[in-house]
Amino acid sequence: MLSAGDLSLEEISHILNRATSLENEDPLKRDRILLKRKIALLFYESSTRTRTSFELAAKALGADTTLVSSLSSSIEKGESLKDTGLTLRALGAEAIILRHNSSGAPWLLEAETRLPVVNAGDGMHEHPTQALLDLRTMLTHLRPGTTTVDAETLAGVTVTIVGDIMHSRVARSNMMLLPRLGARVILCGSKELLPEVAGRAGPGISLERDFDAALHHSDVVMMLRIQAERLAGLQLDLEQYKANYQLTGPRLANHAPKALVMHPGPIIRGMEVTAGVADGVQSVILEQVKNGVAIRMAVVERALTTGGAA
Amino acid sequence: MTALAIKGGHLLDPAAGVDGLKDILLKDGHVAEIAGPGKLKQANGAEVLDATGLTVAPGLVDIHVHLREPGQGYKETIATGTAAAAAGGFTAVAAMPNTRPVNDSPEITRWMQAPERGACVRVFPIGAATRGSKGEAINDYAALKSAGAVAVTDDGSPILKDNIMRETLAAAARVGLSVIQHAEDTRLTQGASMNAGPTAFRLGLRGMPPEAESGLVERDIRLVSELRDARVHLHVAHTSTGAAVAAVRQARRNGLHVTCEVTPHHFLLTEEHVGMFDTHAKMNPPLRATADRDAMIEAILDGVVDAIATDHAPHAVHEKEVEFESAPNGITGLETALGLSLRWLHKEWKMPMGRVLSLLSAQPAALLGLKGRGTLAVGSFADVVIFDPKAEWTYRARETRSKSRNTPFDGWSMQGRVRWTISEGRVAYTNPA
Repeated sequence: MLSAGDLSLEEISHILNRATSLENEDPLKRDRILLKRKIALLFYESSTRTRTSFELAAKALGADTTLVSSLSSSIEKGESLKDTGLTLRALGAEAIILRHNSSGAPWLLEAETRLPVVNAGDGMHEHPTQALLDLRTMLTHLRPGTTTVDAETLAGVTVTIVGDIMHSRVARSNMMLLPRLGARVILCGSKELLPEVAGRAGPGISLERDFDAALHHSDVVMMLRIQAERLAGLQLDLEQYKANYQLTGPRLANHAPKALVMHPGPIIRGMEVTAGVADGVQSVILEQVKNGVAIRMAVVERALTTGGAA
Repeated sequence: MTALAIKGGHLLDPAAGVDGLKDILLKDGHVAEIAGPGKLKQANGAEVLDATGLTVAPGLVDIHVHLREPGQGYKETIATGTAAAAAGGFTAVAAMPNTRPVNDSPEITRWMQAPERGACVRVFPIGAATRGSKGEAINDYAALKSAGAVAVTDDGSPILKDNIMRETLAAAARVGLSVIQHAEDTRLTQGASMNAGPTAFRLGLRGMPPEAESGLVERDIRLVSELRDARVHLHVAHTSTGAAVAAVRQARRNGLHVTCEVTPHHFLLTEEHVGMFDTHAKMNPPLRATADRDAMIEAILDGVVDAIATDHAPHAVHEKEVEFESAPNGITGLETALGLSLRWLHKEWKMPMGRVLSLLSAQPAALLGLKGRGTLAVGSFADVVIFDPKAEWTYRARETRSKSRNTPFDGWSMQGRVRWTISEGRVAYTNPA
């Protein structure tokens, strides 16, 4: 699975349903589903949540996993992505879960290895399993019991994504996914981190520079970290940024006292969110993490049982 | 030297104003005689080439190619690059100086033209404008010119400093050389790998804004106008944006000697061809928005564009089989330029064939001052392309004569099949039907 945009509503429903079934399955039965199947995790960037949850998900289904990361492999010696992929295939990998710092890398890896590739985040482009786990988290709270989705499932729901949208693959995957279920997506941030062109990325997406105004309409507010590693020389006035876009307790209480507060992590406490908000009653940040394992069980199962198409 | 009589063909030589059935005699590397069918007087003993049903035209001239020698023979050599040129109907190519080392010296300029390189068609080196193309110290243009350089440029490392560009334009004008600028304000394109806009945003790629091109074109035109020297000639390489073409159009109205070229990929493709990170759609300047592509077509049709050039930029397969952002810029183009130009400019957009051929031969030859090229008037070089104007065919990258096959036009249909390419009287390529 390379892109959230590639998944049909039927496929999304299938993944959501399987996530629930697999989560509730007896662990001793569940680990036969992919017994001894070989899955490689190929990580060109550091990761805590995504890597661990993919690994736990694969292992929960009985698969053998191996982790190859850029800092402890021949990638450091200059081996190309193609050769690394072919090497993993020769070693018996049946699917590759790829995290890469370059947008589009999973497409290259899939074309060259002809193996199912699961995109675990490519550059600034996409992070489809994050969008799916975000969706599952939203449904749990806003549409309890719903695992089969259609074009109206999130009708009337406004999701505001705030902060460093320019560099965020999480934002792009959510923008590709949520409007197809009827949600309205508001992108909110400063000019440096949210170019005007983002508002033309697809239907159901609009821009709002004023955080308080955006919050006012929001059922869900998704906060993003400033991606210091991708700023490419851009200088930001962080105090100004916090004044305009930090989610604080008073701001939340004044403008969106019922909204769900989400964050894909890692959180920088005191920067995009205050500690009080991150730990507060509206926060579902750790639920997101937990949903990551369920969603990734379904995605890994799908990759190895359907050939991973789409 | 043997003589060659091309008989029965339709001679189309826009520069000479010839458009009709003519026989043509080539002798000692030059055009010796042109006459009506069967009327050649000096053809006794000449080898005869039957061009019945075919178009006979001046050999094509590409003023923007990368032949990769010296230094990167694994991508292309002068021998293989010119073999591809001949297959595409080209008899003269101007080679960019971004070789390894950079061609900033008379020695390298001569080396590129030496018979040992095995060129199939004439190679005209373009010298680097500044030492090592670093944009700091300008080269000895008189020495480059006497070694055979036909223009100067820093190509992919455009000259950003106003004073250096001003000095380059003035110094080149003094020795009668054109200055070619790859117009890109690289301060605006750091880390970017495609055109800026909604597509780049969606793909999570950093974009090159159109202003990075047009801004530098406008700056260069301002420098040309400030110099007030009629000998100054600025040629804008591979224009890709409507704003850049508009600036050239205005400069011409103001009487400045400013010319521009457009590549087939910029008049045919848009940023949408990047698809899901196809590195064969990665080049610099990048494929642009539809409005810019349409502006290129319009500018070609209305005559602002002086030449079609390919920016033939071969890269080895393994270099393009990498992450999009890491892939080198450029595509091959010598074998597809004529077929695409006839298929689209002529057949689709109804440009007269003579005008299409002029953009591929007479005009580029004139703009770089290549005397005796781009026309088949008596006394000119015997540089000829003979093609079947009606033949439709499909381009297959695997059959290329280039060392590389990084083209987005694999499998595209072409019009106009080259049957013979003759370079200074010698058959450089043949593909009899």
